[in-house]
This record gives sequence, C-alpha cells and structure tokens, in this order.
Amino acid sequence: MAQQAIKAAGIAELLHNPDRETDLLVDIATRVIDHARAGGADQAEVSVTSSLAREAGVRLGEIETLEEARDRGVRVTVYCNQCVGSASTGDLRADAIDETVERALAIARHTQPDRAAGLADAGLMATSFPDLDLWHPADLALDVLAERAREIEQAGRSADERIANSEGASVTTEAGLAVYANSHGFVGTSRGTRYSQSCVLIARDEAGMQRDYDYDTARTFDALASPASTGRGAADRTVRRLGARRVPTGKVPVLFAPEVARGLIGHLIGAVSGGNLYRRSSFLLDAAGKKVMPAWASLVERPHLPRGAKSSGFDGDGVATRESSLVSDGVLDRYVLSSYSARRLGLESTANAGGVRNLELLGADRSPEELMREMDRGLMVTELMGQGVNLVTGDYSRGAAGFWIENGAIAWPVEEITIAGHLRDMLANLRAAGTDVDTRHNIRTGSLLVDEMTVAGVSE
Amino acid sequence: MYEQVLDKLLQPAGLGQQELEMALGRLLSSQIDFGELYFQHRVSESWSLEDGAVKGGSYDADQGVGVRAVAGAGTGFAYADTISLPSLIDAAASARAIARSGGEGRLQVGHAGAVPARYIADDPTVCGSATDRVELLRTIDAYVRSLDSRVSQVSVNLNASHESILVAATDGVLGGDVRPLVRLDIRVLMEEGERREQGFSGGGGRYRLDALMAPDFWQHHAEEAVRQATVNLGAEPAPAGYMTVVLGSGWPGVLLHEAVGHGLEGDFNRKGISAFSGRMGERVATEECTVVDDGTLADRRGSLSIDDEGTPTNCTTLIEKGRLVGYMQDRLNARLMGVEPTGNGRRESFAHLPMPRMTNTYMLPGQHDPGEVIASVDDGIYAVNFNGGQVDITSGKFVFAASEAYRIKNGKLGPAIKGVTLIGNGPDVLTRVGMVGNDLELDSGIGVCGKEGQGVPVGVGQPTLRIDGLTVGGTS
Repeated sequence: MAQQAIKAAGIAELLHNPDRETDLLVDIATRVIDHARAGGADQAEVSVTSSLAREAGVRLGEIETLEEARDRGVRVTVYCNQCVGSASTGDLRADAIDETVERALAIARHTQPDRAAGLADAGLMATSFPDLDLWHPADLALDVLAERAREIEQAGRSADERIANSEGASVTTEAGLAVYANSHGFVGTSRGTRYSQSCVLIARDEAGMQRDYDYDTARTFDALASPASTGRGAADRTVRRLGARRVPTGKVPVLFAPEVARGLIGHLIGAVSGGNLYRRSSFLLDAAGKKVMPAWASLVERPHLPRGAKSSGFDGDGVATRESSLVSDGVLDRYVLSSYSARRLGLESTANAGGVRNLELLGADRSPEELMREMDRGLMVTELMGQGVNLVTGDYSRGAAGFWIENGAIAWPVEEITIAGHLRDMLANLRAAGTDVDTRHNIRTGSLLVDEMTVAGVSE
Repeated sequence: MYEQVLDKLLQPAGLGQQELEMALGRLLSSQIDFGELYFQHRVSESWSLEDGAVKGGSYDADQGVGVRAVAGAGTGFAYADTISLPSLIDAAASARAIARSGGEGRLQVGHAGAVPARYIADDPTVCGSATDRVELLRTIDAYVRSLDSRVSQVSVNLNASHESILVAATDGVLGGDVRPLVRLDIRVLMEEGERREQGFSGGGGRYRLDALMAPDFWQHHAEEAVRQATVNLGAEPAPAGYMTVVLGSGWPGVLLHEAVGHGLEGDFNRKGISAFSGRMGERVATEECTVVDDGTLADRRGSLSIDDEGTPTNCTTLIEKGRLVGYMQDRLNARLMGVEPTGNGRRESFAHLPMPRMTNTYMLPGQHDPGEVIASVDDGIYAVNFNGGQVDITSGKFVFAASEAYRIKNGKLGPAIKGVTLIGNGPDVLTRVGMVGNDLELDSGIGVCGKEGQGVPVGVGQPTLRIDGLTVGGTS
C-alpha cells in the first residue's frame, strides 16, 4: 500500500505537494504504533522522515559533482514492561516496516528493564503547533545550482592573485518532512527547507599553501548571501592566513572568533546535558543555581524563532517547547534534559530531547575591534583542531590557528600552536562578548574574550 | 562471492544480470568515462549498558543503490533507497546528467574474477542469542566494578554489522563482497575524592561475535580501561612547549594516519592541494621510516577483499626508507593521474560517493628496543594512548589528542601527565624521527576515519617512535 503511494510521488512531488507526502508519513507512523501495540508493547514511538536534496559542485570552473538524494527512513522504539527495543530501516515498503517493528519487539523481549524508560508524560505533549516559517520550497534544477557555484568560485578566484588553487564551490538545497508520533496519541509533523553555499580556496606564497572557506545557509534561497560575497569571503579568509607562524609559549588572553566561540558555549551545553550528568561525566555536576559564567552573560533558548536553525514546536519526545532561560546573569537556571535523562536524575524534562534549540547569548556589548583593543596583546583564534576537550574533567587542549594581536590590532597570522586551560575557568572568566553574532548557527554568539589560556608554540 | 551477493541483493528484487546491463546501458553516453552501479545491504545491531542497566538494543537495516557517471573530473550521482528496477532506472537517468551530450557508448560485459577473501562471510548479527548479549554486558559491568572500588560508572557497547555489496560498471568492472564487522567498547569512570577520570579500551574486527564474547578478550579490555583511568587519577598538569615526544606502539599510529596518510590520498594530490603534492620521489622522512597502507591483512577492521569500486585491495608502499613512493588511489583519480587504482576507493554507503581512503596504515619496525628509545630522551614526554586526530592537508598541520601520557626525564619514565594535544607539520614530522622501535603493533580495531562527512572503519599501527620536536599543548 505504502509502496504504491511512494512510487506515484515523483522526486520533486515532495516539494510541490508536501501535504500529501506528510499524510503518507503519518499513515506509516500510525500503522507502526498500532502494530507495536498489537505486538505487546505498552508504549511505542516512531519517527518517519522524507527528504530531497540536490547539490552541485564546481571546481576550477568545471562541474565536479551533480547529486540528487532522496532519503526516507523510519525509526521505531517500543517499551514492554520498561524494556526497550529500537529498530530502523530505510525501506518504506510495508513488509520492511513490519519486520522493523518485529525486530524492535524482539529486542525488547530479551533486554533488561530500565526504570527510566518510557515515553514522556502525556501531559507534557505539545498541543499547539505554531507556524515557524521554515518551509520555503524552490524546485531548483541542478544546472541552476551549478551556475551559482561557478559564480561563487569565480568571484573567489579573481578576488586576489595569491589565490592559486581551489577545492571548489558548492550549492545545496534540502527539503525535509518529518513525523514524530507516539502511543499517547501524539502526532507531530514538521517540514523545513534549507539552502547552503560554500567555497574553499587555496592561497600560495613562498612559505607554502593555506586553505580556508566561507559559507552561508538560510531557510529561503533568496536570503543566501550573494555569490560574490561568499566567493570573496573565502578568498579574504584564505589569503589572510599566508605567512602564518608559531608564537612563543606563554599565558595570554584568547579571543575566540564567532565561528569557534559557539563551540565554547557548546561545551557548556554538553556539561549540563542530562546524559553526561547521570553518567557523572561532567565538570559541572550539581551546578544548577550556581555561577558558571560571569554576571554580564545570560543564555536563552528560543525554540519558536521564525526561520531559526533548529526551530520546532516540540522536542524529540513530543514535549512542548517554549522560550526558556538557561543561564541568567551568569547563574545556571536549569539543565538540558530529555524525558529519559530527567527521569534518571529525578527531575522534569526541559523539552530538550534532541538538544537545545536556537540558543542566544545575551550581554554582548562590544565590537570585535573593541575586544581586540581591550585584550591589547594576545591570540585571536579562528580555527580549532582535534578532540582535546574532556567534559569529565573540564581539561581543554586543542590545536589552533588565528592571529596574533599586538597593540590592540591584528599583527600577523598564527598556526601550529595549541591553546590549553580548564573549561570551568574559561567560562567563568569570560571577559566580554562581541556584537558580531553569527546567526547561521543553532548557538548564536559573537566573539568571546577568555581572560587567560596557555598557548604552546616555540620555546623561547 | 559475486554470484552469492547477486543472489542475496538483487534476486529478491527480481533483478539479474540482464537488468544490470539494461541499467548500465541507460548510463552510457559517448561522453562518459565510465558509469557504475553500487548495490548495498547492511544490517547492524547494537547493545549498550550504562549506569548499571542495559539501555536496550537497536537493529538497523539499510539498503539501496548508488549510481554514478564519471566524465573527466566530473561525477553525476543519484541513489535510491529501494532496490528495484524503476528506482534503478530513475537513478541512472539522474546520474547521467553529468554527460554534456548524448550518444551511446559501448557496454563492456564484465566478468567477476576470483579475489582472495580477507575475512569470513558469516553474519555476526545472527550468531548467539540476544539473551547472551545482554548477559555479556551485565557480566562485563560486574567484572569492571569488581576490579576497583573507585569505579563509579561503566559503559559498554557491543556492535555487530553485516554488509553485502555489489559493484557493476560499464567498463566491465564487476565484483561482490560480504563484510562482517564487530566491536566491543568499554568505558569507565573512576572517582577518588573530588577527582574523576575516564579510561577506555575496546577492539574488534571482521569476524564473528564469539571472538568478542570470549572472557580473555573482554577481560583484557576491562582491565585496560580501569588501568588507564587509574593512571589518569594520578596525572599531573602537562608541560607546554616544543619538546621530544616518544609515541608508544599500536594505536598511536594515528600519527601516521593524520600526519602523512591523508596527505597521500590521490584526490588531494591530483588537485595539487596537499602539502605532499608534487613531491613524489622526494625525501619526506628519515631513512628508518617505511610506511604502508595494507587492506589485505586478515580479519582486520580496516581490511577489504575488494574496495567499494571492485578493485582488489593491496599493500601499497607510501614511504620507502624515507622517500615518498606512492599515493592511495580510487578509480577516478588514478585515471586522471595516469596510474593504476590501488584498492583504496571507499564510501560510507550507497548514498555517498567513493573517494581515496586509507585501510590499515602502519610503519614497519626498526632496530631499537622500546626501552632503549625511552632511555635516549633527556627531557620529553611518552604518549601511549590517543583520542584521535585531525589534519589540514593543505597546510600540513595535524593534531592528535593524548589520553594517556607520561613525562620522561633523564631517560626514565616520570609521573603521568594529563591528556594533551600534540600539534605538528605533516611533511616534516617524519624527518624528525630519531629512533624507530622493533615492536610494531597494530591497533585493537577501534578506528573510524572521517573525510568530507563520510566515516569508514580503518586500522593504524606503528612501532615505538621518537620524534625530535613536536609542540605539546599542556598548561604548565
């Protein structure tokens, strides 16, 4: 039955008739829940997704890739006497879905009970579904995307004669539909579009090659930066790295540019997330109600932000989302909890199954130039490398590249160094934040100035 | 193997040799160099335990066909997550968009040659019962907790997957492979006063699940995880600066993977964007260094009988006695560079394009006893375990983060130091290899390599190495 319906829906049908495709996903979800209940599950939940993506890549003016991707998937989780089984498939034919449900039931029959397992409480389910302005379909052909990619790369390659080579430019369109349903009778549907473009360039001088990139992403195609702006942005970012060298080992203030500053906030989120807390794998255990950032800083989650990167009316458990403070004047208001982790900790869900949604840093009051003047001498980091972040202990040691700041201004590019410190101190001793907020990402922050870190480079 | 996969993957969908040829025919035009169908079916099963309870299990099944058409350096690509004739024909029509003009090319009828199998074809997800697996996780949890009263958290993950692939191309390439992969990971958290530290150990390969369920296997990893956490409970802040670094044997071979491996992949060199581009034949390491990429090792996590383009894997010498002698190639880049593919064309799944990737990358052993290597250092660090690494192939800068390391003073091992990131420059790090140990070891089977968003299982290895100058990212 499902198979027939899917076959009838051509590839671009998802863009032109999303209601019909959504109805199909809802049918599948309902059937899965019914099947699971009939098979002995006390509770069940399912997500069904369907998406279409197109991508064109151009390198040195020639088309490098043209891709069209149509993806569908079903994931079901069943609960039998608090024993959990989960299964997924990419095959939406009725028999494949039936087998998937049976697999999940079989696993639940063999596993041990988990007292925290189960759906979120029925009373927490979302009941209203605000229009978050996320669906802006455009049936753009691959050659249209390729032409735009060509323009982007051309703008980048002609921006500076030191641009010697290219890894290419690409333009991507994605449209996705999703349904989450559970045996409380909850059925939540969502849909969204995303358009992205990027360009990676190589610059060369006597000392060697450097690579950097620029990108943009938006919910509507029209909101993307111009091709020239992304191409030139990539060229500027690449050329300014030429001549990079190491700095002497020592302790200095470190300015995190917005593209890496959001990672710092991300580590804070990780450390106050339920999974790490109940596993006691966080340097911020029992931190609720305590100071984790300076008094000028607040963090607020805005899940209903129109066109936001991660806007949604309900979380991964179906729980209603709402605007909510995470950090107020430096004090941690709450943890980041799904229904499961909340139960493990004896707390209430914070509607964060699937993570935080559109987190904004408040309290930023300085331009990047003012931040550089404030630090006077130190390191500005624009790129971080490697996995040297230990959320259990808070120890932080990563490879970095960026710029040396001398007399409050950029002096020269830096590479092949590490920066190290302790996350608790780094967050507590944030001196100031910049107004240069990067709105393309789920975590919205400008530059962050960290009081002091150990920079390892050459020995003096 | 090809016939076996043909039966398993295509017959249920009513597809046979004739339908394959028809789809390949749709791909053909006079403008393409070759077109290819890649069928894949994969099931994976995982079980996890944390905080004293089995969290449940998961069973994931995925299948589909990826179709590409290659013309010069350009690729048209489409895929379908249903294996059926209509979806295959649709995908072929989309992929052909890369061809600038029409016309018919000539289909070369393929013949799947005999290729030595590097592992068994058995499905690890069907051996033993689910009850056995749940029981194993509980037994491991109890065993880890019995080892040391400071153990406060234990996480155990058990994974098994089974994959069948079939490749058919317009130029006659034809092949099939069946690939098992299993893995067990044990992570512990130990607490002493205010201090909490982690330890990790795990392993696996392309074999049956019973190998992981043998007490010798999991007890070893349980003890190793506890040992590592214990060491870290006593670790002191690490030094910061440029110093001599001794790397232990085995998993620290992640150095080779990051510092030189990625930079020697064919795509980056064909495009001239690797720090190693144009350096074939040059000296890039000291004479003690010979580095290979070997996909043929029996049962290894990084091994393949054929790669994802149907090319049998090889042992490819990358650096021979310090000289750069080889790149790792897939079909597209090999053709554009005028060389033979090396069996390194890999893809995460049917929904991803293949590219040159590593298999098992390691350095051959040298002359020195490992004790002698450590004794030769006046002031430096000894790093034996790592969380992984990353490289910028263009600037050559690479990092890797240590999870277990010690100070060396006057040729003797000193106190443990906290995990630090090491950073260096790929093209010259091996020119500073001062000593190579005689203790080559491969890792235990835990590596995942990421490139352009695609993850594939890999192996690394090396003997004990002394590097005379790397930047150590400590705090003191």
